[in-house]
Amino acid sequence: MSKFEFPESIRSRPVWGTLEPRAGLHHLMIADAEGAEAILDIATPELMAGAHIIFIAKGTGFGDKLRALNPAQYYEGPSYEASASRIQRVLQDAKMSTQVYLAGTEGLMGQAMCECTNAGIPFTAVQTEHRGSTARRMQCVHCKGITKDVAIDPFVCSHCGLNLFVRDHYSRRLAAYQGVCIDAEDPGNVPASKGIYE
Amino acid sequence: MSGAEKIDVTVTEIVPVNELVTRFKFERTDGGLLPTFSGGAHTVVEMKDGEITRLNPYSLMSDPMDQNAYTISVRRDDEGRGGSLFMHKNVAVGDKMVISYPVNLFSLDLRAKKHLFLAGGIGITPFLSQIKQCERLGGAWELHYACRNEALGSYVAELTSKHPYEANVYYDDQKQAIALEGLLNGQPIGTHVYVCGPKGMINWVRATAEKLGWPLEAVHYEEFLAPQPGKPFEVKLSVSNKVIQVGEDESLLEAMERSGVDAPYLCRGGACGQCETRVIDYSGNFIHRDHWLEDDEHASGEKIMPCVSRFEGKTLVLDR
Ligand code: FES
Repeated sequence: MSKFEFPESIRSRPVWGTLEPRAGLHHLMIADAEGAEAILDIATPELMAGAHIIFIAKGTGFGDKLRALNPAQYYEGPSYEASASRIQRVLQDAKMSTQVYLAGTEGLMGQAMCECTNAGIPFTAVQTEHRGSTARRMQCVHCKGITKDVAIDPFVCSHCGLNLFVRDHYSRRLAAYQGVCIDAEDPGNVPASKGIYE
Repeated sequence: MSGAEKIDVTVTEIVPVNELVTRFKFERTDGGLLPTFSGGAHTVVEMKDGEITRLNPYSLMSDPMDQNAYTISVRRDDEGRGGSLFMHKNVAVGDKMVISYPVNLFSLDLRAKKHLFLAGGIGITPFLSQIKQCERLGGAWELHYACRNEALGSYVAELTSKHPYEANVYYDDQKQAIALEGLLNGQPIGTHVYVCGPKGMINWVRATAEKLGWPLEAVHYEEFLAPQPGKPFEVKLSVSNKVIQVGEDESLLEAMERSGVDAPYLCRGGACGQCETRVIDYSGNFIHRDHWLEDDEHASGEKIMPCVSRFEGKTLVLDR
């Protein structure tokens, strides 16, 4: 089951959509892991004729299925970081008749969205669909370090070691949720960690 | 008081630009400075034409940072209700007039990496101030300007001599046309397109951009509608408790104002939404002409934009 119903939250929390094919000459599709399924769901030969798929498999086996769609260009990268320079380059050369589709984890969509808005695409014009892991990219508000794939709350900052409470407060610029020290007043008094959505 | 705040000005220069277009310069009567504005803004000019007061919006074409004077260009419309004819025939240098503070419904999106301007005829005027703003801020821009013929190409010489690489001009009578699909297709990501001109041109640009996958957020357009004459009709205004007659040559908004009702407005051209009025009761047909309401709102019979829309029928009761 790759779809997850996120609970209602504060306005700061991003709301992800459902991909749909849109008019356009070029279709840039960026996905990680189960995000591949969202692309498979909307793929048509017409769409694929103008598609450039950038996929980060994260150990999943979707690569072959995506390649079989026969997109105009296909790239598979080992990590988002490894693919970022390619994404930037593609956006730099892209024309206005390009549609962007992001699918997969919040960390992937958030970071790719950031590249899109830096390139000048209005963020409301970029389509998104969440699939797969609900783990988050977190920024420690104290040391500013980013911890990736955080699935539990509270968690330990991978940079400064503080115990952080997972907030829904999101930064579009950093593509990260904010983590705030949970035991600042009473050091050591840390509740047991559980899944973020438990 | 409705509308934007007013400024008392004196007409200090009138220059015929070509057979149809005349340029007017306004300076503050009290000698003070005018407010700066942003490219694409318009001012509403009050014209005292005998019994009738007309309020027509005109795009400001001067440098947005120039606080000494505002300039507008008015195209003579021999078929219209007389606002532009009044400006052409009755206004002289030294006349005192009242204009509104600038209002901008067609501003540049400053997040854009590049601005693509498409103008048709007198639709060039908002771009003249936007270009000055871009030059000051250093933004990338490009203009494609379609005119009927060389004689009617307002400001073509000025534009092409100052901006030989950015300004592109097309003359209808020489069968030149903007190669729109190729132009839109070739724009780099982050471009915003702005179109001002006749309705047909605006629709063409919007439809082509949509077909090519341009996001709606990156497509901007401005078309001021002049209110059209029509059959006289009667309206009951329930809040002010008045029954008024809308004459053949005046808009519903103008009729309300003439009757001493302070009705809200900003653009007077069906674009800003400010004058939206709730319909309490009606029997007859609406002649909706605005760009503000959605089609289903037009069909609902619940709302009307009095600056441009009219009514034909027995009764119309408005919440005003
Ligand atoms: S005054 Fe702007 S829509 Fe009527």
